[in-house]
Amino acid sequence: MSFTAFLFYLFAALLISSAVGVVVARNPVYSALLLIVAFFNSAALWMLLQAEFLSITLVLVYVGAVMVLFLFIIMMLNLKPDRLRSGFNRYLPIGVGVLFLLIVELILMLQSSLFDKQAPLETTTTDNTSAIGKVLYTEYLFPLEIAAVILLVAIIAAIMLTLRRRVDVKTQDIEVQIQVQRADRVRLVKLPSGRAD
Amino acid sequence: MISLTQYLIVAAILLAISIAGIILNRKNILLILMCIELMLLSVNLNFVAFSHYLNNIQGQIFVFFILTVAAAESAIGLAILVVLFRNRRSIQVEDLDEMKG
Repeated sequence: MSFTAFLFYLFAALLISSAVGVVVARNPVYSALLLIVAFFNSAALWMLLQAEFLSITLVLVYVGAVMVLFLFIIMMLNLKPDRLRSGFNRYLPIGVGVLFLLIVELILMLQSSLFDKQAPLETTTTDNTSAIGKVLYTEYLFPLEIAAVILLVAIIAAIMLTLRRRVDVKTQDIEVQIQVQRADRVRLVKLPSGRAD
Repeated sequence: MISLTQYLIVAAILLAISIAGIILNRKNILLILMCIELMLLSVNLNFVAFSHYLNNIQGQIFVFFILTVAAAESAIGLAILVVLFRNRRSIQVEDLDEMKG
């Protein structure tokens, strides 16, 4: 067994066991942390497949942003773990049944000779990142811009959904404050000067 | 040397685990979202494996776009979850029966 094969089996075993942990963990915080482990191992598998750019992107985007978001949400919502798991044992037989059915079916399907590739067709010599960049900014330029618009829409949607105007707090309304004119605040009164009669 | 089938089997097991996870944790929206992330991860593993063994970069481009859309999806999903919790004080699936006639 070569060293690459050893690494593959190590990362695959860690990936699958942490995925099982995500599903069965009692506390949602443990689920999120095990999902981070799963993402790291998946990134290592992609590195073995010579997809260096996507591997680093997975760690940066998922571990760095999405999972931190998940952890923030878990901390923000005060959840009670016992109630969240109600019905776990009731659905356990059907869940495990579906699990084994799917695994057996998919593995039987994957025995087909269509997928029987022992080694890559030819080894690439170019840099993975520059190869992706060359295709992404020429052939896939329009989809790339659509992806950027999707991210913008996601930002706006997330902000607008969670924005709330509270009526019971007495904060200053800045935009009203800076639009104030002199005439709104100061009233000059011309009084006739006193005359002694 | 690791063959393509082995990578595909790892991805298949990951997909099966995430589907079983949705069935088992169907009371908890947060875990359902995490299982959807795992499912997308297994699809991405398939794409990267095919891209490597068929020596075609376009599989990795697909993974790039899937990552983008998945990040947007989880951001909006979590925002909806926060609004839901603020209004109902719960994220249990069985408490969300507003639309039931």
